[in-house]
Amino acid sequence: MMDKTDWKLLKEIADLEKTPQGAYNIRRNGQLDSRSTTANIDITTKTGGKSGIDIRVKPGTKKESIHIPVIIQATGFTELVYNDFFIGEDCDVDIVAGCGIHNTGCETAQHDGLHTFYIGKNSKVRYVERHYGEGEGEGKRIFNPQTVVYLEEGASIQMETTQIRGVDSTKRDTKIVVGKDAEAVITEKLLTHGSQTAQSDMEIVLDGAGASGRVISRSVAQGQSKQVFYPKMTGNAACFGHVQCDSIIMDQAQVSSIPAIAANHVDAQLIHEAAIGRIAGDQLLKLMTLGLTEEEAEEKILDGFLQ
Amino acid sequence: MLEIKNLNYQVSDPSGGGLGILNDVSLSIGENKLVVITGPNGGGKTTLAKAVMGLVAPTSGSIVWNGQDITQMSITGRARLGISYGFQQPPRFKGLRVKDLLCLAAGRDSLATEEACQYLTKVGLCAYDYIDREVDASLSGGEVKRIEIATILARKSGLMIFDEPEAGIDLWSFAKLTETFQAIHAKREATLLIISHQERIINLADEIVMIEEGKVVRHGPKEEIFPLILAKTSSGCTYLNGEANKE
Repeated sequence: MMDKTDWKLLKEIADLEKTPQGAYNIRRNGQLDSRSTTANIDITTKTGGKSGIDIRVKPGTKKESIHIPVIIQATGFTELVYNDFFIGEDCDVDIVAGCGIHNTGCETAQHDGLHTFYIGKNSKVRYVERHYGEGEGEGKRIFNPQTVVYLEEGASIQMETTQIRGVDSTKRDTKIVVGKDAEAVITEKLLTHGSQTAQSDMEIVLDGAGASGRVISRSVAQGQSKQVFYPKMTGNAACFGHVQCDSIIMDQAQVSSIPAIAANHVDAQLIHEAAIGRIAGDQLLKLMTLGLTEEEAEEKILDGFLQ
Repeated sequence: MLEIKNLNYQVSDPSGGGLGILNDVSLSIGENKLVVITGPNGGGKTTLAKAVMGLVAPTSGSIVWNGQDITQMSITGRARLGISYGFQQPPRFKGLRVKDLLCLAAGRDSLATEEACQYLTKVGLCAYDYIDREVDASLSGGEVKRIEIATILARKSGLMIFDEPEAGIDLWSFAKLTETFQAIHAKREATLLIISHQERIINLADEIVMIEEGKVVRHGPKEEIFPLILAKTSSGCTYLNGEANKE
């Protein structure tokens, strides 16, 4: 049975206040809590020793959503989950994933998820993934997500990942192979504080003619936290790629942003921009002249930046 | 009523000596007046305006607004008291949208699109094109400046300070802006303190204050001061009119 804390976690990671519409699979402390499928979307438990699910979306499925949240409330619980998504041709679907950990104990709670997407011709996928940690315990809350996406001709993915506070350590690996006329857009938002660490490695391979890729990464590092970003865009055809990394650094935090672009084709157009800086003094002053205190102004600036 | 008494702002020069940015400035500005501060670049106009908003802490002297001494008050405190300040070079914000800034300025969690649009229209911006845009580097200097002025309009404060509102604004928007200042002034609900070099703005003034080398050199009704300013500009310059034009 789901309790209040479970629902709070679901609200944080998937904006759910009740059982979602459409297809869903809720995983709680390593077990299936509940599942629903539709005429067009099937979800099956993996067999053969691997933990996780297969999600199959029939060709032509439009305007449907799939929620696959994971919640963990057990201290000392760690898991490795494999989820595979097979999206047929000409689909348009929203997938909401994410994991929330409520750790009140003193042992580590960890969720490592490996998601692989096979997105068929001309299909559009919006993939939202939020990570959230809470709990008074000293036990660590750790996430290590890996996402691999294969985009067929004309397909697109809009991937939005968010991790705001509460996660002690994360190492994220994302790889997207973009086919002919396909498009990948990744929006990454991250806020670390205390002594948290976060590393995000990304590789976008623009493989087909007319492929395009865009990475927008925004992060805030507070306290003594450390962040490292390695976004890499490779152009193997006539393609367009843009990597933009912006970080706000505060207190004694450390941020490294190491974007890379590699062109293996004369018509590959690749751009990267990276910036790290503190909150500008004139931004704080401006908001204070509107009646905000310095603390309120700082909060507004950070909220806006990560919006 | 704004009363500035014996205001000084000193900074250290590279040789370790004192440099006066504001030197014993005293000024009294009546309720609901439109006063234009003008004078040569580097004369201390912006520093004076910033001192009123609390953005610069004066070395000595006092600032009194509606009978309350605000010299030691924080920027936030002054803002909440009804003082607002339009920056000469407003900052940009990655992620904050025009409507977010207008909401903050109005002191409300949300603002009806129609109301937000009114403020933008008053500064010559086509509201629907801008309301959801981020106030970031994608906007031109003139656009950011007009959004800045719109935030001051949204505050509906008792003392509105504008620092060179005309800077970077195209002629068409500028005409709209002068109309807006005129309309605010006509209501007689706020005191306007405008730093400007623009004849059309100076022409709106009840009073003109001329500041040079950190001092008030002239202060009086527009009719009295404006002719004196014109006499000092290039068209009234005896050298430019005489010697420099000789073959």
